[in-house]
Amino acid sequence: MTSTAGSDTPTIAAMTPPAELERFDRVERLAHWTTAALFGVLMLTGAALYAGPISTLVGQRYLVRTVHAGAGLILPLPLLIGLAGRWGRSLRRDVRRLGRFDDEDRRWLRRSTRDQSQLAKFNPGQKLNAAFFGSAIVVMLGTGIILKWFSFFSLSTRTGATFVHDWVALGIWISVLGHIFLALRDPDALDGMRRGRVSARWARTMRPRWYEAETGEAAAPVPAPVAPSAAGSGPPSGGH
Amino acid sequence: MADDTHETAIGRRVFLAAAAAGTTGVIFGSRIQGWLERNVGPLLAKDPTGLLALLPIGQFRIYTVTSSIPDRSRAEYRLKVKGLVEHETVLTFDDLTAMPKTHLQRDFQCVTGWRVPEVRWAGVRLADVLDRAGISADAHAVRFVSFDGAYTESLTLAQARRHDVLVAYELEGEALSSEHGGPARLYVAPMYGYKSCKWLDTIELTNSVEAGYWEGRGYDVDGWVGHSNHRSDDTTS
Repeated sequence: MTSTAGSDTPTIAAMTPPAELERFDRVERLAHWTTAALFGVLMLTGAALYAGPISTLVGQRYLVRTVHAGAGLILPLPLLIGLAGRWGRSLRRDVRRLGRFDDEDRRWLRRSTRDQSQLAKFNPGQKLNAAFFGSAIVVMLGTGIILKWFSFFSLSTRTGATFVHDWVALGIWISVLGHIFLALRDPDALDGMRRGRVSARWARTMRPRWYEAETGEAAAPVPAPVAPSAAGSGPPSGGH
Repeated sequence: MADDTHETAIGRRVFLAAAAAGTTGVIFGSRIQGWLERNVGPLLAKDPTGLLALLPIGQFRIYTVTSSIPDRSRAEYRLKVKGLVEHETVLTFDDLTAMPKTHLQRDFQCVTGWRVPEVRWAGVRLADVLDRAGISADAHAVRFVSFDGAYTESLTLAQARRHDVLVAYELEGEALSSEHGGPARLYVAPMYGYKSCKWLDTIELTNSVEAGYWEGRGYDVDGWVGHSNHRSDDTTS
């Protein structure tokens, strides 16, 4: 906030650095976990409606269909409510952060320069993940509405909506399983969403520019000299 | 607050791409799906693991309205014909197979959109079953009850007497499995799948048509393929 982190000389810490940093506030976590719960319900009821062996096991088609449509219609609400009011400041700020790739993200995406990248609050995978799920919610809601109020649409539109809904559902299953897998592999990052706080050690090494902005401290000694060919001329540690 | 490095609005790009892809998919999906079903569907049918069946490409989808697939052996099976009949009749599975057998090969069309091409059915004509019990003069409709305990369907007597309406007990040359409604089910070739009551238990002749399970939940009583439920599929008769 007030820091001019990025200058090459690490400021000597005047105070002891905090052991933990706040990563997600209560509103963000509530929006995340209610959306996640709705996704869970939608994925399971969707599977029961669609996948032969599971339909056979579960049956109860009318009930399952009603639950699926109801959960689908309220799916965007946790996020929208979280974004709407005064309480949503952190969430709005993080949405802006998630929406942009900068040079450091591009450096991270290239395997050869990943070690030198100085990420801010989110890594590019998290940004793409957020963009995917945000888009998927809109596409599934739109096609879902066509399927629910089918009588207003032509047959070809309904078949098309079924087609999109089916294949995006497959993509969602893969993405959700991937999301959970990656979260379980990184307990520190998972802590950020469970308790809202992450260890300062994790932030300093994994999200140095975010750490600097939050604490006003230099994150780390400047890494090994950047190869001349690497993008950008300045030291890699800087938010300019 | 933004860095003056090269920023890309990646979120907006992904979102716009997804919206464009979604819209394109809705507009052309029907054609793409048709192509996939013709070209990839036959390969999936031969997949021994069955895992590929999870891909959304046309095959039978098994729908039940209760919590389990009812299971009844051929030996235990009884088909009751009652209501406005001359004599109430109970047929065993052997009684059915002893009657003249009819084969039909038709596309199977579900009202939710999926279609399985050229399905081979075999069974007895419903008209023959009705005639065995004798139809009273005041009967104008037929009601079907499933032994799943919940599902019902009905037809007008004229619809029920059509030559392409069967009590089916074979599918693709094999005994009708429990998943598909065995030991015996109704098969109404010219209508959407929901008319073809699975796990057929009781046939009741009535005075007028009573709405069945899905009809009480919005589907058309006269479920002609291509001419009902706001759909315009190719017919299956």
